[in-house]
Amino acid sequence: MPKAEGKLIDKDGVRIDGRKFNELRPTTIQVGILSNADGSAYIEQGKNKILTAVYGPHEVHPKHLALPDRSRLRCRYHMAPFSVDERKSPAPSRREVELSKVIRWALEPSIFLEYYPRTSIDLFIEVLQANGGTRCAGITAASLALADAGVPMRDLTVACAAGKLEGQLVLDLNDSEDKEGEADVPLAYMPNLNAITLLQMDGQLTLEEFEKAIKLSLEGCTQLYKMQKEALKAKYVVVKEEVKE
Amino acid sequence: MSMIIRVKQQQIAQLMSKGKRLDGRGLNDYREIKVEMGVIEKAEGSSRVLLGKTEVLVGVKIGIGKPFPDTPNEGVLTVNVELVPLASPTFEPGPPKEDAIELARVVDRGIRESKAIDLGKLCLEPGKKVLVVFVDVYVLNYDGNLIDASAIATLGALLNAKMFKYEVEEGEVKVKPGYTPLPMQNYPIAVTFAKINGKLAVDPWLEEEQVMDARLTITIEKEGKICAVQKGGTGYFTTEYILEAAKIAKEKASEIRKLLVK
Repeated sequence: MPKAEGKLIDKDGVRIDGRKFNELRPTTIQVGILSNADGSAYIEQGKNKILTAVYGPHEVHPKHLALPDRSRLRCRYHMAPFSVDERKSPAPSRREVELSKVIRWALEPSIFLEYYPRTSIDLFIEVLQANGGTRCAGITAASLALADAGVPMRDLTVACAAGKLEGQLVLDLNDSEDKEGEADVPLAYMPNLNAITLLQMDGQLTLEEFEKAIKLSLEGCTQLYKMQKEALKAKYVVVKEEVKE
Repeated sequence: MSMIIRVKQQQIAQLMSKGKRLDGRGLNDYREIKVEMGVIEKAEGSSRVLLGKTEVLVGVKIGIGKPFPDTPNEGVLTVNVELVPLASPTFEPGPPKEDAIELARVVDRGIRESKAIDLGKLCLEPGKKVLVVFVDVYVLNYDGNLIDASAIATLGALLNAKMFKYEVEEGEVKVKPGYTPLPMQNYPIAVTFAKINGKLAVDPWLEEEQVMDARLTITIEKEGKICAVQKGGTGYFTTEYILEAAKIAKEKASEIRKLLVK
C-alpha cells in the first residue's frame, strides 16, 4: 500500500491514487454469485473486496427472537483476519459490533419487514480486503444482496463517504486518506426517497464544510446508485441469454 | 412496540406537532443538568451527571501501559460503558452488548476527534511506555439520552482528573509525590436529537426514545466545529434536518459547556 508522504493532494488537485476530488475509486459490482445464499453481491471499490450474502426471510433461531409484527433484520459486518496489514483477530471487535449495528439501521428503512412477521432476514458482510470505506461499500453491496434475495424494498440503499484532506473536501477516501486526512463523513442514502439512513463523522469540520461534505457524499451515492442498478440488471441479462440457448 | 407505547406515540407526536412535549419542555430545551465533580476519591478523576432523571457516573483511572504501534509517542485513551443492571429493568448483567459498545464509541469519538486530551504529553518512553487513561462510564439510572449525559460526565471527569508526577530514569518510570491536572485542550459536547413525527426534539427522555423514528447526535468542540456525528435508529433524515440539527447543536453545546468550563 503506498504511504502518503506529506502531501495527499498535489498542486493540480490530484490525489495520491491519481483521482480528482470528486472521483470515486474504480468500482465493479456483481450480483448473485453465491449458490447457497438466497441473495448475494460482491463489490470491489478500489482495493476493497467485499462479499455480502442474505439468508431469508426464514424461521428465526432462537425462536424467542421472533417479532410478532415484522421480520427481524440481523446484520453481521466482519473483517477477514487477512484483510488488513496487521492480522486482525477473527473475533468481533468493538468496531465491528458498532458497524454491524449502524449498517442494520442503514438498511432497515429500505425493507418492507412487516410483510414477513415472525421471520428473520440474516445479512452477512465479509470484508475480504479492506482499504478504507468498507462500511459504505458493504452497504452498497448488501442492499443488492437483499434485492437479489427477492426481499421487497422501498429503494436500494447506497453509501459513500466524503472527507477532508489538507483543507479540501474530497469524495470516497481510501485507507491512507482516511488515516491522514482531517475528517471522514460516511453516509447511506435511498435516492428515490431522499432519505439519509446512515450518517457518521469523525475529524473536525465547520458547519459549512459539513454541509458540503454531505452534498459531496450524496453526489457519490448518485453515481454508485447507477452502478448498483446496472449490476442488478446484468444478472438477468445473463439469465435471459441462458434461456435463449 | 407495545400497545402502551403506541398510545403514547400518538400523544407525543400530536404534542410535538404543536412544538410541545409531554414533560412540558420546548423542542430545543434540555432537562435540568447537574454536574458534580470528584465524587470518587479513589479515582484519578470522577464526575456524576444528572440529566433530568438520567444519572451517569464516570470514573477516570490512569495507569502505565504500551502505546499503539501507529502512535508510539501518544498516550492511550479507552472508553468503556457499563449499562449497570440496577439502572433499568431493560439492562441485564454480562459483558457490554451492542448498545453499550455503540455508546462508548460515540463518547470516545467526541473526546478523541476533538483532541480533548493532549495525548502527546502522556508519553513516558516513545514506543514503550505511555500513560493510559481509562474512562469508565457507569449508567446509574436510565431515563433517556445516555449519550449526552455520558459525554458531559466523561468531560467532567477528565477535567477533574489528576495524573501523578513522574520521572523517567534509564527506562524506569519513577512516580514522584504530587499531582498535575490531565492536559486538556478541548471540550467536546454531544447534543442528541430525536426525530418524532417529522419534528426534531433535543435531549429525548425515555418515553420519547421509545417512540422516536431516528436519533442524531452531533458533537461540537470548543470552537464550534463538528467533531463527531452518529445517526441511530431505524428512521431516516434529510439534509435539511441534519443541517438544522447542526445549527441547534452548536448553540446548545456552548450553553452546556459553560456548566463545565468557566
